[in-house]
Amino acid sequence: MARAILGRKLGMTQVWGEGDRLIPVTVIEAGPCVVTQVRTKDRDGYSAIQIGFGDIKESRVNKPMAGHFKKAGVAPKRHLAEVRLDEAEAAQAKVGDTITVEAFEPGSRVHITGTSKGKGFQGVMKRHNFAGGPGGHGSHFHREPGSIGQCASPSRVLKGLGLPGHMGSETVTVRNLEVVKVDAEQNLLLVKGAVPGGKNGLLMIRLA
Amino acid sequence: MNRIRAIEAQQMRDDIPEFGVGDTVKVSYKVVEGNRERVQPFQGVVIRRHGSGARETFTVRKVSFAVGVERTFPVHSPKIVKLEVISRGKVRRSKLYYLRDKVGKAARIKERR
Repeated sequence: MARAILGRKLGMTQVWGEGDRLIPVTVIEAGPCVVTQVRTKDRDGYSAIQIGFGDIKESRVNKPMAGHFKKAGVAPKRHLAEVRLDEAEAAQAKVGDTITVEAFEPGSRVHITGTSKGKGFQGVMKRHNFAGGPGGHGSHFHREPGSIGQCASPSRVLKGLGLPGHMGSETVTVRNLEVVKVDAEQNLLLVKGAVPGGKNGLLMIRLA
Repeated sequence: MNRIRAIEAQQMRDDIPEFGVGDTVKVSYKVVEGNRERVQPFQGVVIRRHGSGARETFTVRKVSFAVGVERTFPVHSPKIVKLEVISRGKVRRSKLYYLRDKVGKAARIKERR
């Protein structure tokens, strides 16, 4: 049933793996997540489960959300997310079920979704990997985008052209990361490689 | 942060003797050649220690056939079979990069006693 879990990025470190090789890992505090709602095809038009992660004080929850948690009979959670499941799987899930890191095994592959670090307003070199101009030799053309189009025809700027603007703070998914270690006692998941976002960022971890 | 320290603490070795920059050490390092494994010694002066926790590394420099050779090892690597401190050096900086520009007598380090 458990195909996905919510977690919090704690940071990165290294562990010694097979053949005494160093593996770069991201440490994620994942779960325990609780099923707060089951969506069914009959009532909602699709089947899914809603999972909650992270404890929050009851006084911090607004009234509509408090009602939602009361109906489910679970303690209030800070984060909620939906996980699409097929009907057979969703039928097995019950409100109040918990998902822990034990759903993942070392060696399995996961997709991890998070919000990337915000970079603010950036130019085309950083944002779109433009080459820019020469650094010196009398060149006064350093980090500019250059020409952005032609003349009377088409007499407009084509859509999708790379220009300066806001960069980062986007939803980013990194696919097929290897689970290196699972610590069920401390709810920790060690995943090979980097994941989107900074420390304490919310992550959705799905089985690949 | 403490939880990452805890993970690193599990990785750390406690059988590595205390050593510092300027010391002459002999590192017995496991090398895999094809499917054969043997221990390769590397002896020289520690010119830097870098990082902390399980990620700490140190660099050993020696002059082999008039060519300077530097190798960096992770302090807590399971591939280090044995680490011997041959002599303790008396140095006044934490990184001995100046040794790269010195040859022969000038590249000596005073022994601490």
